[in-house]
Amino acid sequence: MADLLLEIFCEEIPARMQAKAEADLGKALGDALKGAGLGFDALETASGPRRLSVHVTGLPVKSADVAEERKGPKVGSPEQAIAGFLKGAGLTSIDQAEVRSDPKKGDFYVAMLDRPGRLTADVVAEAVPAIIRGFHWPKSMRWGPNSTSEGELRWVRPLQRILCVLDGAIVPFDVDGLASGNETEGHRVHGRGPFTVTGWADYSKQLEGEGHVRLTRDARRDVIAKGIADVCAKAGLTWVEDAGLLEEVTGLAEWPVVVLGDMDPDFLDLPPEVITLSMRTHQKYFAVNDARSGKLAPHFIVVANIDAADGGVKIAEGNARVLSARLSDARFFWEKDKATPLDEMAKKLSTIAFKEELGSLGDKVERVAEMAEWLAEKIDAQAKLARRASELSKADLVSEMVGEFPELQGVMGRYYALEAGEPESVADAIRDHYKPQGPSDAVPTDPVSVAVALADKLDTLVGFWAIDEKPTGSKDPFALRRAALGVVRLALESGIRQSLGQVIRGAYLSLYKNSDIFEVGLNLEPFYDEPHMDGRVFDEWLHAGVWAIFFKYSPEYAAVREEFLSIREGVSCSEEQINAVEIVEGIGRIVSRLDLALMDMSDEARKQFDPVQLNKIQTEQLRAVLVEADYAIVTLVNDLLSFFADRLKQVLRDQGQRHDLIDAVFALGEDDLVLITRRVEALGAFLDTEDGKDLLALYKRASNILAKSVPLPSQGTRPQKDSGSPAKAGAGAGLVVDADLIKKGPKEEQALYAALSNVGEAIVAPLKAEDFAGAMAELARLRAPVDAFFEGVMVNDDDPAVRANRLALLSDVRANLHKVADFSLIEG
Amino acid sequence: MPAPKAQPKPKSFQDLILTLQAYWAEQGCAILQPYDMEVGAGTLHPGTVLRALGPKNWRAAYVQPSRRPKDARYGENPNRLGHYYQFQVILKPNPANLQDLYLTSLYKIGIDPMVHDIRFVEDDWENPTVGAWGLGWEVWCDGMEVSQYTYFQQVGGLDVFPVSGELTYGLERLAMYVFGVDNVYDLPFNDPDSAVPLTYGDVFLENERQQSAFNFEHSDVEMLKRWFADCESQSNALRDAGKPLPAYDYALKASHTFNLIDARGAISPTERQAYIARVRDLARGAAAQWAEQEEARAS
Repeated sequence: MADLLLEIFCEEIPARMQAKAEADLGKALGDALKGAGLGFDALETASGPRRLSVHVTGLPVKSADVAEERKGPKVGSPEQAIAGFLKGAGLTSIDQAEVRSDPKKGDFYVAMLDRPGRLTADVVAEAVPAIIRGFHWPKSMRWGPNSTSEGELRWVRPLQRILCVLDGAIVPFDVDGLASGNETEGHRVHGRGPFTVTGWADYSKQLEGEGHVRLTRDARRDVIAKGIADVCAKAGLTWVEDAGLLEEVTGLAEWPVVVLGDMDPDFLDLPPEVITLSMRTHQKYFAVNDARSGKLAPHFIVVANIDAADGGVKIAEGNARVLSARLSDARFFWEKDKATPLDEMAKKLSTIAFKEELGSLGDKVERVAEMAEWLAEKIDAQAKLARRASELSKADLVSEMVGEFPELQGVMGRYYALEAGEPESVADAIRDHYKPQGPSDAVPTDPVSVAVALADKLDTLVGFWAIDEKPTGSKDPFALRRAALGVVRLALESGIRQSLGQVIRGAYLSLYKNSDIFEVGLNLEPFYDEPHMDGRVFDEWLHAGVWAIFFKYSPEYAAVREEFLSIREGVSCSEEQINAVEIVEGIGRIVSRLDLALMDMSDEARKQFDPVQLNKIQTEQLRAVLVEADYAIVTLVNDLLSFFADRLKQVLRDQGQRHDLIDAVFALGEDDLVLITRRVEALGAFLDTEDGKDLLALYKRASNILAKSVPLPSQGTRPQKDSGSPAKAGAGAGLVVDADLIKKGPKEEQALYAALSNVGEAIVAPLKAEDFAGAMAELARLRAPVDAFFEGVMVNDDDPAVRANRLALLSDVRANLHKVADFSLIEG
Repeated sequence: MPAPKAQPKPKSFQDLILTLQAYWAEQGCAILQPYDMEVGAGTLHPGTVLRALGPKNWRAAYVQPSRRPKDARYGENPNRLGHYYQFQVILKPNPANLQDLYLTSLYKIGIDPMVHDIRFVEDDWENPTVGAWGLGWEVWCDGMEVSQYTYFQQVGGLDVFPVSGELTYGLERLAMYVFGVDNVYDLPFNDPDSAVPLTYGDVFLENERQQSAFNFEHSDVEMLKRWFADCESQSNALRDAGKPLPAYDYALKASHTFNLIDARGAISPTERQAYIARVRDLARGAAAQWAEQEEARAS
């Protein structure tokens, strides 16, 4: 059995890429060996800043011989076919092939190929250069004298050595002029220069000994973690654990040594988040807390790559100096920011784009404030505070500190708000409105924070939906899935009761609040359902709206608009006294003003806007635009709702709710997330009970017969206005039960009819109270009459009227059940 | 590579520069003098940007004064300067032992590898203005960035053949580290034991104050905008005339003029993007034409 060692040695590999490269290399080599018929016992890998290593044990020295038969052309085939066969099979003459007979195909040639096993060394010598050439790095480069043309070798950084030893012997190959060998080198400073190795045991022993290289990530991580624990224990500190940073520094040192450094304690008056972030992102230091107080301590831990001759004194000093310079910068920002009122920062937001098509951050904040104020009332938060928090929520984005540390958005805003004497809940909301940032992030509980967090996310989602930048597949550059999941979790955990569709519609309208079309549309809205409003009035309003748009761009606009709005205001203030004539008159006044204004226009402009023609065309166009806008809203609302539904399903599934129950409730088309969740929970619990089983059984019975029956012509029946069922209608749907016919029928039919009307009344109260378990318990009482009905009554009566009536009765049973959930989607 | 010994510390800022120059001269670099135009970084010296293009081998090292009007702080910030020095090295193609050569240069200026923690931390450099990028590292010494180390992959938007290795030493910062000084103006500029000992502040403090005032208060933005337009058309005209070297000079002039305009905060973000794009077009255009000519001259 042979033992293979491969080490690819290069200049410093970015820390973030090492672990994956290690895994990829191991897999590629393992696959190549297996693909060549070379099994092995084990494959282990290692990686670090300068090397990727693979060790394979239990390899055969050569692969097994394989005998292979290759079918050829028929005897007597054209010469070309024979020649091709010979070439492919590596034969020189057709005499070397056998002739076989097949009853169907006749005589044909067969080449008997003996594939001798290949030496493992040969396989490796071929595989490794191919793996290196085809290796995938997130970013790779060319280098050195060979980099004079396209297509030459690429690697993450310049390759220095390839060590490849099989059972102590070099496996010879060459990758773009770099020959394989049996030499490696140790740590840059502590290690000794190139030395030869015979195999893994020798390699790891030499490297970890005199080479001063801790070969594996695990070994380095352990040394660092233990080093930190020791240093902390000695100094009365605790480590602020940071797995991501630990992984990173594991990739930055071959011989990690933990050094404790001192920070100037004067800096402790800075927010601790600023200090720890500066340590982490700029310097890759671990922060430490005082073990007793639990507060940030004026020290830091740096992981060096040398065992310094002076015990790390200079390293600690040097790093402390760099940290001081960084924190001095931070203090400068902190002081400067504190001297700037938050409101002033907030004002600057109007100059920063949120997203080009969605206006400035200032616009966004105003929309969020409006929505948060409105949502606050639904969750017993003070609307005023929600508005205030929203207005300040993004102000820190223009602060110096957040400019330097974008990760501190919200966190700094909270500090600045507290400094400025804002209420605690406003300050907290500024920090927490970004939450939850992911499935494991906590959801804020303070109602003001909840209102702002919801409004911020909803505004973002609606905005991106409105400009059609939805996530597709794995692409979600604006983290909209995360935002939607956040909305769902916020809604559920705060228990906010609200139709999501209504919120989305409102958010959408406020998005276009300043646009012409919507201004007109909104102005018209009070009149949509106005009883006095006949078509003529509506058209007049459209007409006026068109002119308002047109004149927005003319000096006349301001005056006309005022009049236009004053009339509208007057109307909505005294709705009862609306007088169609007055409206018409008012509009007439406006329109004539507008027409008069038109007269003052230049000839050129007038030519373009012939008033008569324009009125007509524009009115039609505006109507079309309004219809289109309305359609756009409906589409957007539905689409976004189903996006939320997917997130809610995810949450419910994670809570262990049955997939089919979720579907069954969703089919009702409700958009109050809290209510949906209650229904799913109630349904799940109820179906486990005896009553629940009864309920499901009776539903299936009723549905089966309805599904099997041919839908009837509607002759002799009245159409039902609302079947109440979003499920597939089937036979009987849309029919109304004829009570007179029932009276003539068998007693089981009468009993069911009576039970149904009782139950129908009995479920009204519990449904209203959202007591779904109660409603289902009532519905379950239909089990016995339904069973009796099927025992004693023939649904498919010869008389079509009777048959229709019975199907209608069963359809009613089903419709009542659908008030709780669409049972057709429930399995089992 | 056997662990080398550090040399004694240089005596002054200029001694550190002289040491680096002597060392890189030994490595076969032509020691160029600073380019006689205002530039924001040593890379922009034609000795790096333009020479990285084309097939001819090249080795050079030089000090380059760099002007960054926005970074000026009236001489009040101990770490930030509107005018400072970079030491630039370019080796084309990069020799296989460039990392060792670089580390030795640190040892030469007194950084003892047995005591100081030197690290290569991923940092991929790019300069969109000249369409250049490369892979490499920030080199850290005890947590402080002392150099930028880059293998150029593209310059002027073109793949480079062969690849150059580029090193940039931030001289003031490096010197502050070597001398253990917390304020740049306290650096010994010449030998403190000499007849007239001078600090960095003696040489540059007043310059920082006055230049800062110019950058932020006294520059004539309207005039600068005109200059920018003039430089732009001159650069384009030179390119049309097939003279990429002076065309590149005027791209540099335009670039610095833009930096002065930008320091006044006198332009909106959109305008700013447009200016950057105009400079980029000039610089890339000149670089591409230079590359073409070098290619033709080599064949």
